[in-house]
Amino acid sequence: MSRADVLVDADWAEAHLDDPKIVFVEVDEDVSAYDGGHIKGAVRLDWTQELQQPAARDIIDRDDFSKLLSAKGISNDDTVVLYGGNNNWFAAYAYWQFKLYGHTDVKLLDGGRKKWELDGRELVKDVPQRATTSYAAKDADLSIRAFRDEVVASIGAKNLVDVRSPDEFSGKIKAPAHLPQEQSQRAGHIPTAINIPWSKAAADDGTFRSDDELEKLYGQEGFDGGKPTIAYCRIGERSSHTWFVLHQLLGNTDVKNYDGSWAEYGSLVGVPIQNDTSQKDV
Amino acid sequence: MCGAPDQDTLPTLEVSANEAVVHGTVTRGGSPLPGAYVRLLGSTGDFTAEVQTSATGYFRFYAADGDWTLRTLYKGGSVDTTVTAEKGKAVEAAVEVPEQ
Repeated sequence: MSRADVLVDADWAEAHLDDPKIVFVEVDEDVSAYDGGHIKGAVRLDWTQELQQPAARDIIDRDDFSKLLSAKGISNDDTVVLYGGNNNWFAAYAYWQFKLYGHTDVKLLDGGRKKWELDGRELVKDVPQRATTSYAAKDADLSIRAFRDEVVASIGAKNLVDVRSPDEFSGKIKAPAHLPQEQSQRAGHIPTAINIPWSKAAADDGTFRSDDELEKLYGQEGFDGGKPTIAYCRIGERSSHTWFVLHQLLGNTDVKNYDGSWAEYGSLVGVPIQNDTSQKDV
Repeated sequence: MCGAPDQDTLPTLEVSANEAVVHGTVTRGGSPLPGAYVRLLGSTGDFTAEVQTSATGYFRFYAADGDWTLRTLYKGGSVDTTVTAEKGKAVEAAVEVPEQ
């Protein structure tokens, strides 16, 4: 697998907009973004309503993933190109979920919506009509998904990569700075985790750094390529971005995304937490 | 929720004692610039957050005490603005980007 297999640039995308075997999929948390304009022919996936279960805090299961993609008109042999806002966070999360359920050919659009907009490329409001399909998802590939017990057992043993901002890592703030700080869980990070913010892997326009730059970045920050790795953030979407970098771009074999992330870990009773700030905010 | 909230539908600003709000408006030639990307960078240049300006060019961050840089990206370039945030207060920044 190479970078070209998993990542396409805006020029490539523009040249393939009318290819019948390529489906562009916009993934946002804010669904109004798609309504305001999207890449021609792109279908919408709603991260909150469609990729998550409505009641339990979990991703949708295999059957629901099959139903979802069937309804969206996506076939097992289609090439799926994912893109979205927020520097592709939610597109990367969807990418991880597509891989989890065994989709063969899925790619990310480098830079996502932001790069597309900053380039001044065309966005349309027409919603495509795609015939439904009979999509068949595979069993979840749990080699790329970590759960809490494994995370606790990995303290001091595996690379635990905390991809949140330095202030979230230290415990200074509990959520990204564009959000009100109302969360009730404890602040800080998993002991022995290294803090390599997702944003260091991307340029201002949201495109990924080169493989050489990425190798250098993770090496400098103490990432040990010889060890298994678990990436986490607050709710698992920024860590999907880093999972994509470490597993799909750089080819590390044993990399899992902990989608429970800090929202789960920081609320668990009886697990160790490291908080580097002097004021503990209870 | 974890992504950047829609800046068109933000709740009315109420600053709690625990929050250091940085907010403002991006303009071009004196007119509001919707759809610009505003990045909040920490004192060491580290990325902290990013939002897209509303129809009225508005943006808002919940930061922490200290110095911050607002990097505003628009089609054709970017401009940096520095602000100092303080808990319990809302600091306002006016960002003017060059006309094309």
